[in-house]
Amino acid sequence: MQRLRQDLYAAGKPLAIEVRGITKIYGPAAVLDDVSLDVRPGEFMTLLGPSGSGKTTLLNVIAGFVRPDRGRLLIGDEEVTDKPPHKRGIGIVFQNYALFPHMSVAENVAFPLKARRLSRAEIKPMVANALSLVKLAGFGERRVDQLSGGQKQRVALARAIVFQPKLILMDEPLSALDKQLREHMQIEIRALHERLGATTIYVTHDQREALTMSNRIAVLNRARIEQLGTPSEIYNAPASAFVADFIGEAVLAPVSRCDDRSVLLDGRRMISASKVPNGDDLVLVIRSEKLRLASPDAENPIPAIVRKRIFQGESHVIFAEMANGLTFTVRHPSHVESDSLLPGEGESATFSLHPQHTVVVRRDLTPEH
Amino acid sequence: MPVLQKKTMLLLPGLLIVGALLIVPIVWLLGLSFVSEGRLSLEHYQRIFDDPTYVKSFAITFQIAGTVTGLTILLGYPLCFWMLRLKPLWRGVALTCILIPFWTSLLVRSYAWLILLQRRGLVNTWLQGLGLANEPLALMYNVTGTVIGMTHILLPFLVLPLFASMQRIDGDLMRAAAALGATPLFAFWRVFFPLSLPGLTAGGLLVFVLSIGYYVTPQLLGGGTTVMAGQLIQRNVELFSSWGAASAVSVVLLGIVLLLFWVMNRLVPLDRVFGG
Amino acid sequence: MEANHGSSGFASLLLAVLGIAVLVFLVMPIFIVVPMSFSATRFLSFPPTALSTRWYLEFFGSPEWTRAAWVSLQIAFVTCLLATPIGIAAAYGIHTASGKFSRAAYTVLMMPLMVPHIIVAVGIFFIYARIGANNTIVGIIVAHTMLAVPFVLITSLSGLQGFDMTQERAAQSLGANRLEAFLKVTAPQIKGSIIASALFAFVSSLDEVVVSLFLSGGASSTLPKRMFVALRDEVDPTIAAISSMLIIASLAIGLAAMIATRKRA
Repeated sequence: MQRLRQDLYAAGKPLAIEVRGITKIYGPAAVLDDVSLDVRPGEFMTLLGPSGSGKTTLLNVIAGFVRPDRGRLLIGDEEVTDKPPHKRGIGIVFQNYALFPHMSVAENVAFPLKARRLSRAEIKPMVANALSLVKLAGFGERRVDQLSGGQKQRVALARAIVFQPKLILMDEPLSALDKQLREHMQIEIRALHERLGATTIYVTHDQREALTMSNRIAVLNRARIEQLGTPSEIYNAPASAFVADFIGEAVLAPVSRCDDRSVLLDGRRMISASKVPNGDDLVLVIRSEKLRLASPDAENPIPAIVRKRIFQGESHVIFAEMANGLTFTVRHPSHVESDSLLPGEGESATFSLHPQHTVVVRRDLTPEH
Repeated sequence: MPVLQKKTMLLLPGLLIVGALLIVPIVWLLGLSFVSEGRLSLEHYQRIFDDPTYVKSFAITFQIAGTVTGLTILLGYPLCFWMLRLKPLWRGVALTCILIPFWTSLLVRSYAWLILLQRRGLVNTWLQGLGLANEPLALMYNVTGTVIGMTHILLPFLVLPLFASMQRIDGDLMRAAAALGATPLFAFWRVFFPLSLPGLTAGGLLVFVLSIGYYVTPQLLGGGTTVMAGQLIQRNVELFSSWGAASAVSVVLLGIVLLLFWVMNRLVPLDRVFGG
Repeated sequence: MEANHGSSGFASLLLAVLGIAVLVFLVMPIFIVVPMSFSATRFLSFPPTALSTRWYLEFFGSPEWTRAAWVSLQIAFVTCLLATPIGIAAAYGIHTASGKFSRAAYTVLMMPLMVPHIIVAVGIFFIYARIGANNTIVGIIVAHTMLAVPFVLITSLSGLQGFDMTQERAAQSLGANRLEAFLKVTAPQIKGSIIASALFAFVSSLDEVVVSLFLSGGASSTLPKRMFVALRDEVDPTIAAISSMLIIASLAIGLAAMIATRKRA
C-alpha cells in the first residue's frame, strides 16, 4: 500500500495552508486577534515572537488542539477548522519531544503507522528508513531514557515524518539543546525539509534561528502578525519598531517627518531610500553594523561623543553617545589606514548611515496594518 | 561524631515507642505461636492448613479482599480518569469528596452502611421503588454487605495514589499520540493505560493488603457466618483464650501483609503511596 | 488537553456520569446519617417521617455515653500532645540525615500503618496483661500515641520537603543553636504542616476502635468502643446521633487540616 522509496515523497504535492481571521480568546484577553496567513506549498515558514505573542497558540490551532473562536483554517483546499487532530495527518514535533517512555525508539517511530493499521511487514522498513533519514540507523531497540537530548530530538523528528505527512509543525524543538547542538540541528532540519519537500511551519522565539532557517518569517506580537516577509525583508525593512527591535540589535532614535523620503534627527536631515511612513511617533532604526565613521559633512550624519574605545585585536569597539542620550556600539576593523582617523575617548565623531540602511518606522503599530 | 548522635536522638522517642509497642509484641506473638501446652510445637501452624474453619476463613479473607480490590479498581479508575479532565476548581471539589470519607471514622462509615443495607433500609427501598427488585434483598450480615462496606471504605486508598500517578503522566504524550493519528481509544490503550499501570498496581495492592487485615467492617456487616482472618484472631483471644492459635494466625497474616508491602514498594516507593 | 472536538462527546458524557456516580457513592452514605439521626421513630427512616432530637438527648442524658465521650476526648488530646513532638522530631531527623539508617528508621516508623490493627491490639493486650496496664487510660494513651506517630511523620515530612533548609544554616551562622534555629525559623514556616499533624493525631485517636476494644473497658471505655459494642448487640439509634456529631467534627477537623497545609502556597 505504501511505496517504499529513498525519496519519501512519491506522489502528492506539499500543501498550502490558509489561515483566515483566526481569533482565540482566553478570559479577558485575545491570544490570537484576527490572524491571517498564507503558507505556500513546500515553504519553510517560521512563526517568530516573544512568549505570549500567540505563536504557540496559532500552532495549536493548526494542529487541532485548540479550537478558534472565530476564523477558518484550510489545509490543501480542505476546510479543517473542525477536524479533530488525529484526522489531520500533520507531523508534529513537540518542544519536550513527547516520546513515549514505555516504548523503544522503534516502537515510538512505528506508532503512527500502527495507528493507521499498517501491517508489521510494511512498518518495519518504513521505520528503518525514517531512522536513517535522521541519522539514527540501528537505534531501534534503544530505550527512550537511554538517549541524549539531541538523539531524542531526532527520534521525535523520525516519528513525525515516518507516515509521510504533507505538513510538518515544529514547536520550538531545539530550545532545550545547547548552542552548538542547536546550530547543528538547525542545518539538519533544514536539509531534511529540502529532502522531504513538505510544507513546514516552525515556531521559535530565537530570531537568529528564524533568520537562518526560513523561507519566510511571520513575526507575531501581542496576538497579531506584525510583519510577514523573507528574512532579508524582516531584517532590512522592518515594518514596525517592535520588529526592528526584536530582530537583530537596534537603537531606535526618535525622528520627525520632513517628507516622503526624509526625516529630521536632532535637527539634521536624514535621507531614506524607502518611503517614510506617516504619523508623528516615528523612530529611526539604527543598526550599528550599518554605521560608518565619516567626516562631519557626510550624508545622513549622526554626531556622537566617544565614551569608550576598546582594542579587541582584530577590531576596535567604540561606545558612543548621541546628543539625545541614546548610545550605540560600533565595531571598527583594525587597519593602519583607518586607525589614525579613529576618535579617542571623549572626542566627538560623526557616523553616517547609507540611505539604503536608513529605515524609519512607526513606534507603535496601529490597528490598520 | 556528635552530630550523628544528635540526629539519632531525634529519632529515638519515635523508635522507642514503636519498638516497645509494636516490635516487642509482635516478636512475643511470634514466640507464642510456636508453643503449645508448654512445649515447642508447630501445632498451631498445622491447624491453619488442616482445620476447615481456619482454611475457610483464610479462603474467604482472600476472596473478599480480591473482590473488594476488583470493585475499587472498577469504580476508581474511571473516576480518576474523569478527574484529570476537570478544571482545577471542580477537581478540588472532587478531591474533597474523596477525602471526606477518609476523614470520617471507620466505625461511622460501617454504621452508615449498616442502616442503609437493612431489609427495610434505603437501598432496598430504592431498589424496590425503581422496580429492580421484588422483595428486599439480603444485603447485610453476609459477604455482600461486607464487600459493599469495605469497597466504600477502601476506595479512597486506591483513588489517591492512582490519581497522583496519573497526574504525573506528561500531558503532551496524549497530544502527540493524537497528532500521530491515534484515535482517542487507541491513544488511551497504547499510551495512557500502560503508563498508569504502576500507580494502579500500587493502589490495588494497597487495597488488597488493607482488606485482608480488616476487622471492624466484617464484624459489623458480615453477620456471624463471615469470618475473616482478623475475626479469627479476635475469637481465639476473647472467646477461647487460645493464644497459640491466635498468634499463629497473626504471624501468617502479618507475613503476607509485609510481603505484599515489599512488593508494592518495588513499584512505587512507600513514601509516594502514603504521602500522596 | 483542551478541545476534544466532540469526537467522543457521548463517551465524555458517560465518563462524567460514572465519575459523579462514584463520588455520590463515596459521600452520600456518610451525609445521610445526619438527617436520619433526627428521626423521631426508633426505626431510622429517610426522609424522616417525623423530626425529633430525642436521640441527641439520649446521648447527653446518659452518663455512660457522656463519660465515654469525655474519656475519648481526653485520650485524644493527650495523644495529640505526645505524638506531635515525637513525630516532628522523627521527621526532622529523617529529613536532615541521609543514608541507610534514616531509611530503615522511616520504614520502622511507618509500620503501625502497615500492621493490621487487630494484630497490634492483640499484641499490646498481651503485653499489657503482663504488666497490669489493661483498662487504664494511660495504657490507651500510650498505644494511641504509637499509632498516631506515622500520621504526624508523613505530614511533617511533606511540610519539611517544601522548605528550604539553608535558612536554618543561615540562622545558625548568625548565632542560633540548632534548637533555636528550628523553633524560630523552620517551625513558624511549616506551621501549617505542624497544625495538620496535630489534627490528624487527634482524629486518629478519637476514631480508633480495634485497639481500644481490647485495651479499654468499664470506666476507661472509649466512645468508639462503646459504640461498637452497642452495634454488635442491637442497632441503637442513639448511635446515629453520635455518628452525626462525629461526622461534623471529622469534617471540620479535616477541612481545617486541609486549609492549614494550603497556606504554604
